[in-house]
Amino acid sequence: MDAYPKAYLYARIMKAKLFIDAHFAEPIDVEAISGEAAFSKFHFIREFRTIYGRTPREHLSLCRVERAKDLLAEGAQVLDACLAVGFRSLSSFSRSFKRATGSTPAAFREAAVERKEKGRAQPLAFVPDCFSGAHGLKPE
Amino acid sequence: MNLRLTHTCIYVLDQERAFDFYVNKLGFKLNTDAKNGDFRWLTVNPPDQPDLEISLMAVKESHAMDKETVDALKMLVRKGTFGFGAFHSANVYAAYEEMKAKGVVFKAPPKKEFYGVSCVFSDDSGNWFSLTESEPGK
Repeated sequence: MDAYPKAYLYARIMKAKLFIDAHFAEPIDVEAISGEAAFSKFHFIREFRTIYGRTPREHLSLCRVERAKDLLAEGAQVLDACLAVGFRSLSSFSRSFKRATGSTPAAFREAAVERKEKGRAQPLAFVPDCFSGAHGLKPE
Repeated sequence: MNLRLTHTCIYVLDQERAFDFYVNKLGFKLNTDAKNGDFRWLTVNPPDQPDLEISLMAVKESHAMDKETVDALKMLVRKGTFGFGAFHSANVYAAYEEMKAKGVVFKAPPKKEFYGVSCVFSDDSGNWFSLTESEPGK
């Protein structure tokens, strides 16, 4: 174990965070996560928030929203993205998504898909002139 | 004038491996992946800095780099010549544990310095970065 203060604590909380990162699409709960870290539920929530700036539940929601953004950008329908990332209802998904991103899932999807299509059709539109010019590339 | 940094560039030896490192190990987000012939504009950004694009620039022969330049640059990158920047974390110890668990190579564990807590890690190509948590007020 590395010798710095509270190394054991950080390692355990980090492992619990990685558990959430890996299993966010499943119906996990805080008790199960705190058990992985070998803490009592309240001690775990307090330490997690101190280290990561958010509670385990908030982090779980964030993981789900982040993955939903990827799926929506690939063109997935809103309901499909909602269920694929572990939300059980469209309303809770939409609420969490809007709180995290400022946008509704549908509006995000539309903008992301449009950006992707533009990237395919005009890739150099996203490259600053100084870089494209240095590589001898000219926008069409 | 109010200049703001919006783009920067890290030279990498392999863009796919670099993508895996910066996105899957450091938790960065893919910003743009645009291809034009052999040229690939691949940029990522730290999750809380969506307007800072970091270009993972391939070191390979092109209009911009002849063979001599590529050979020299590859050697310098592999040698760890370049420290492209410093990252700040709200908690360096937690970041260190997670990055280490994901296979990131550190020079040493975090250490207290006069300005805060700090450590150094390398990316998959050999570039090094500082990871720092500031003392309050510094």
